[in-house]
Amino acid sequence: MPSSNDWINNPLGVVEEMFVQSNSNPEWEAKVLEYFKGKLKEKQAYSWIPSLNDVPLHYLKPNSLVKFRCLVQDMFDPEFYMGVYETIDPSTKAKVLRFGKYKDVTECGVDLNSRNTVTAERQTFYCVPIPGETLWAKETYARSSQARVVPSTSYIPSRQKRSYEEDDEMDTQPQKQREPHTELHANGDSKRQETEAPSGQTTSPSNASSPLDLNFPLPGERGPACLVKVYEDLDSFKLNDMLEVYGILSVNPLLSVLCEEKDPSASLLDPTESMETPEEQRAHDPPASLVPRLHMLHARPLQHNNPLLPSDRAEDQHAFVSSFMVEMASVRAEFLAYLTHILLGDGLAAEYLLLHLISSVYARRDVLPLGKFTLNLSGCPPNSSFTESLHQVIQELVPCTYRLSMTLHNMNSLRLVPRKDYVANRLVSGALQLARNTSLVLDETRLEQGQLDASGVQNITALGNLISWQKVDYDFNYHQMEFPCNINVFVTSEGRSLLPSDCQVPLQPQVTPPNLEEYLSTVHKAQLTSQINKFRVYLSVAQTLDYSISDEVTKAVEDDFVDMRKDDPQSVSAEDLHRMLVVARLLSLSLGQTSLSREGWMRAKHIDMLRRTRSQPQTTVNGNEP
Amino acid sequence: MSSPTSTPGGRKRNRNDIPATRSIGSTSPPSQRRRGQDSSNADLPAMPTSPATDIASPTVHDTSLFSSPRRSVLPSEVDMSSPLMYGTPSSRVEGTPRSGARGTPARQRPDLGSVRKAPQVDLHSEPPSADGAVASEPSVGQKLVIWGTDVNVGTCKEKFQRFLQRFIDPTSNEDENAGLDLNEPLYMQKLEEISVVGEPVLNVNCGHVQSFDADLYRQLICYPQEVIPTFDMAVNELFFERFPDSILEHQIQVRPYNALKTRNMRSLNPEDIDQMITISGMVIRTSQLIPEMQEAFFQCQVCAFSTRVEVDRGRIAEPAVCRHCNTTHSLALIHNRSAFSDKQMIKVQESPDDMPAGQTPHTTVVYAHNDLVDKVQPGDRINITGIYRAVPMRENPRQSNVKSVYKTHIDAIHFRKTDEKRLHGLDEEADQKLFTEERVKTLKELAAKPDVYERLSSALAPSIYEHEDIKKGILLQLFGGTRKDFSQTGRGNFRAEVNILLCGDPGTSKSQLLQYVFNLVPRGQYTSGKGSSAVGLTAYVMKDPETKQLVLQTGALVLSDNGICCIDEFDKMSESTRSVLHEVMEQQTLSIAKAGIICQLNARTSVLAAANPVESQWNPKKTTIENIQLPHTLLSRFDLIFLMLDPQDEAYDRRLAHHLVSLYYQSEEQIEEELLDMAVLKDYIAYARTYINPRLNEEASQALIEAYVDMRKIGSGRGMVSAYPRQLESLIRLAEAHAKVRFSDKVETIDVEEAKRLHREALKQSATDPRTGFVDISILTTGMSATARKRKEEVAQALKKMIQSKGKTPAMKYQQLFDDLRGQSEAAITKDMFEEALRALADEDYLTVTGKTVRLL
Repeated sequence: MPSSNDWINNPLGVVEEMFVQSNSNPEWEAKVLEYFKGKLKEKQAYSWIPSLNDVPLHYLKPNSLVKFRCLVQDMFDPEFYMGVYETIDPSTKAKVLRFGKYKDVTECGVDLNSRNTVTAERQTFYCVPIPGETLWAKETYARSSQARVVPSTSYIPSRQKRSYEEDDEMDTQPQKQREPHTELHANGDSKRQETEAPSGQTTSPSNASSPLDLNFPLPGERGPACLVKVYEDLDSFKLNDMLEVYGILSVNPLLSVLCEEKDPSASLLDPTESMETPEEQRAHDPPASLVPRLHMLHARPLQHNNPLLPSDRAEDQHAFVSSFMVEMASVRAEFLAYLTHILLGDGLAAEYLLLHLISSVYARRDVLPLGKFTLNLSGCPPNSSFTESLHQVIQELVPCTYRLSMTLHNMNSLRLVPRKDYVANRLVSGALQLARNTSLVLDETRLEQGQLDASGVQNITALGNLISWQKVDYDFNYHQMEFPCNINVFVTSEGRSLLPSDCQVPLQPQVTPPNLEEYLSTVHKAQLTSQINKFRVYLSVAQTLDYSISDEVTKAVEDDFVDMRKDDPQSVSAEDLHRMLVVARLLSLSLGQTSLSREGWMRAKHIDMLRRTRSQPQTTVNGNEP
Repeated sequence: MSSPTSTPGGRKRNRNDIPATRSIGSTSPPSQRRRGQDSSNADLPAMPTSPATDIASPTVHDTSLFSSPRRSVLPSEVDMSSPLMYGTPSSRVEGTPRSGARGTPARQRPDLGSVRKAPQVDLHSEPPSADGAVASEPSVGQKLVIWGTDVNVGTCKEKFQRFLQRFIDPTSNEDENAGLDLNEPLYMQKLEEISVVGEPVLNVNCGHVQSFDADLYRQLICYPQEVIPTFDMAVNELFFERFPDSILEHQIQVRPYNALKTRNMRSLNPEDIDQMITISGMVIRTSQLIPEMQEAFFQCQVCAFSTRVEVDRGRIAEPAVCRHCNTTHSLALIHNRSAFSDKQMIKVQESPDDMPAGQTPHTTVVYAHNDLVDKVQPGDRINITGIYRAVPMRENPRQSNVKSVYKTHIDAIHFRKTDEKRLHGLDEEADQKLFTEERVKTLKELAAKPDVYERLSSALAPSIYEHEDIKKGILLQLFGGTRKDFSQTGRGNFRAEVNILLCGDPGTSKSQLLQYVFNLVPRGQYTSGKGSSAVGLTAYVMKDPETKQLVLQTGALVLSDNGICCIDEFDKMSESTRSVLHEVMEQQTLSIAKAGIICQLNARTSVLAAANPVESQWNPKKTTIENIQLPHTLLSRFDLIFLMLDPQDEAYDRRLAHHLVSLYYQSEEQIEEELLDMAVLKDYIAYARTYINPRLNEEASQALIEAYVDMRKIGSGRGMVSAYPRQLESLIRLAEAHAKVRFSDKVETIDVEEAKRLHREALKQSATDPRTGFVDISILTTGMSATARKRKEEVAQALKKMIQSKGKTPAMKYQQLFDDLRGQSEAAITKDMFEEALRALADEDYLTVTGKTVRLL
């Protein structure tokens, strides 16, 4: 398509044309949006546009249309800009109307006293790549892109090769870096350890003279952060939204010049400029070469971040889901078998892990989040790489995940809760600022005895709040602000976890392989990629299914509950019913059933009973211990 | 900048903040000053113009009309050549006794925009006639309007003077107007106050202006930069006419506040630029004081001739040649003889209540000038009235492109702290939520329904099953009683807040209920007894690391003033932490004496606490006190104490199961509906709390008296006290709250009935003596039931008898005595009981206990 190159490579030209045609009729803005929306609707149009996520910035053409898969990390104050202005040619004195929308810098010779100036409002969002995005998701996205941005064809493979290494390290090493004592087998990342350990959360771009904190929620993340200028529907965006932004890339070097090369005498006299602290300047006007600006033309909110699922249109997705539904049960069986191997032959734990992986907060009733299913896998062998390998398996399955090693040091020093920095006027991110349905693995086997300091207590409280209420209270210094979230929390611990959980399953290994690591990697390698891909699709599909309970089954459940209480009121409480209802829901969904059947309920009851008999002796043992 | 060579009179530049009028006709005074806009449109360019306020753009300045009394803003007004006129504005005060408008120096108003000039018309490029004509022609005859506006100075002045002289607001309840006669013209009294106190600032409520003259109000909002100086002028004329002998530091400045234009930072848009706005927010950062040069003082190094140059849009034009000796480049800036004004940057963040969920708060920069500097501190919640400004990014001379973004800020004219009133204890007028008429109608309709009480209580925390009485109790707590003030009779304020304690088995959704309430009320605080310390609850003094200033940081209880403080795990709270609650829960104040700060803060908070039994399960054989181990002094301060226990009955189980199951399959729409309910509930409570103040009627008082007498009677039959005045107060509060639920101004018998019922229910649950099965209030008031007390006495008597029967043995072994008593008594005697008996006998001076031996006296 020859014309496509035009709107992709020179979108501003398209806008310009429409602006000129409109004859200062304000409708041109709507027309522009309409045009690009229409273009993007075309088949495959999405894939032609290069993505900031997988193409390095310097390979992208400035002022071209790019896309960026990101999380809204911070929202800056709205700003006023010259929507329309007039320029005067110094030689001919000719006045020309121009538009300032989708641009950072005006043309030469602005007539600041012109009456035709129109002031408009826009807002800047600070966007970061989706935190914890796993390697396979990144790769699949990159592969599906058909954008031809690079003139030399040899470039793409080499770049991908590099990204393998980098990302591999990124995903598995951050924990190791923070606990070099416990994990000595760090494979050759000593170099990065040196460079990153002192800077803590700061991800320093190698070429910058002074490191710029890109404010990624998770330590060790990489990728471009982006200042997205939003023009329309400001209220429809929320913090922590996952978006795919289509916009005009602006890396105008003038931006950096304008803010750095300031006349010192001018700034002395002009109070408006000297007022901004250097920190604020750095946070809000970082050099465009490091943090590019993106002028949004269209944004697509992402319901999930799974590249294997069609995301373009609702109808596509619907068709895909219904075709997959047929397979659900068989995939589930395979998947369960796989998980059972991974969990050393423990079928029940595998079943629960499966349920946990497809859980998602689907509604909130006043303060109560419904559908959350925090799993506590106790009885994990301490001081082994089991939990870590388990996380690696999860990494292969879900699009976003993060493993938080709950060492004493981490708990005391990490910043989990985002905090507003009033000096730099930005929200300093924390590890709990995660996208929806991110799988958070808390490794409690790493926790040792010792003293938690004030921030450690706060961190533990924050984790507890996250698990119980699915919310994070962001610290705004003078007050706290509650942000609801939807994070799947999976706690691995030796005994019962100190954190609350919806469900605790003690691991009962059926096999005891002499070399745990080797065993797991062989199990892992035995899976074909196509099969793993099926699992990935399975998890995402199960998460999005609708669910209902018929009146008849409601009645049966009620009767059942009353009967259970009759026998022994102590045995079943309202809490237990809550949990069993969630289990029943997830169990049905995992089989691809969208409504609860009587059998489904009995099954849920059955596995809950199995689980409870398993944990019963353990709790009494604990109770008798001094 | 006009050249320094002009004569003193002609030198006077107009200041940008002075309304520019184009004088047409005969009114122009003889002393015409040269207009300042011959200086080019230099580098600092135009204000952005929003599309809507097209006409507000360029303003031509000419102050010629204001030659007298208001020369106000112009320091240059005073004769420049006078030797007394050096230095800062204060030193410019003439030595002669000054009085009257003429003699009082005017003070600059940088808040109205002195530094940055309003856009000026380039008279060469724009057809001047067109603009000038448009503005002035419609007003026929002598009418003059300020260029670019529709403000006529004369009319405007006259209107404002009339407003000052006539405005009466009999219903005013603002704290500022305390002590004024409300039936006299309000602002004339304020002027009188100024003449006495000598603080030359007149705060004017824009709401008053609006109700008096809507057109004037509109002008004030749209053209504050022009209208406020006109107001200044009007007020000074009036003032000095009235009090010709007053001496003021400078001329009176009018400070309007409470402009209704904008209440919310989020709704600011380009159309508000250059208009007067009021926004609310919280101060998050203040800068150091910035001295801003207003006037530069130059002295010739050769002949010591001095000259002054005014700062023009942030720049000083250094005179190149000395006028006196004609030496070039001989003038040097003398800093300490230049004039400076104070300035401070303040960052304000929008208050959390104004924000849509899921977004981050916005911030705005505010500049405070002169005496507004250091008026606010970080953490203060304030209402700011000011002019919204947008300034383009400075053009770099080396760059031809400009960043297309404007910097916005607010030039503050008036600050008003919204949380200050908390310290004064006056009613929170700023909190008043504005309800639309429609909303009020729906609320009133709801209130008219006979089952409104049940409806509301079931709308409360629908996810929590049953516990209807508890929900009703919490509902009444949300509404609260009527605030009564008995300070005249020396008893101070009566508590209007209802305190509730929930105790019960773990896992009975107490925390969930607390979370719900915390989310429902605007000023709720949620703390856990485990994690909070006394200072976290009350207030603590902190030293600011930068300024070394002591700052009082308020804790949860103070923050939830007029709200509800939810305390989870009340039993886990340390003794010292709990002790601070004593004062809060009855006197509703907090006293602090720390690090030299001694103060009493208001903490009119309702406490909703949840406690777990000491043994992990509630022991029905023990009293409430024994179960939760809280001091009875604290317990008696709770109006209602509920037990949340597992009822263990089949019908209940069935309903519970149904409720829970339905929770899990309800569709999105049904959930939406409920959300709406929560919003209605919120508004309903807010409306009732602000507008309904029920009083007891005759029958209700009778009913209350009877109820109290009945309660006393129940106990007296068994020789114990079953009610104390505190219980009567509780009953009154609950009855008032119930009347509020009905939107009734009268407390009637039905309210008392419900209060009685609820109180009885709560007592039945918490104050039942497990030994006798009777309700015994003394369990809560003294921590011990009457039967237990009787029992104690019996043991003591038995012990005494036993010792007496042993004959004359002056000393006995402790253990021996205990064993003997145990052997003798039929009932089991615990060590505690034994010790208590010993203590009782010791109190009677019958014996003493020293270590392991017991001696008779």
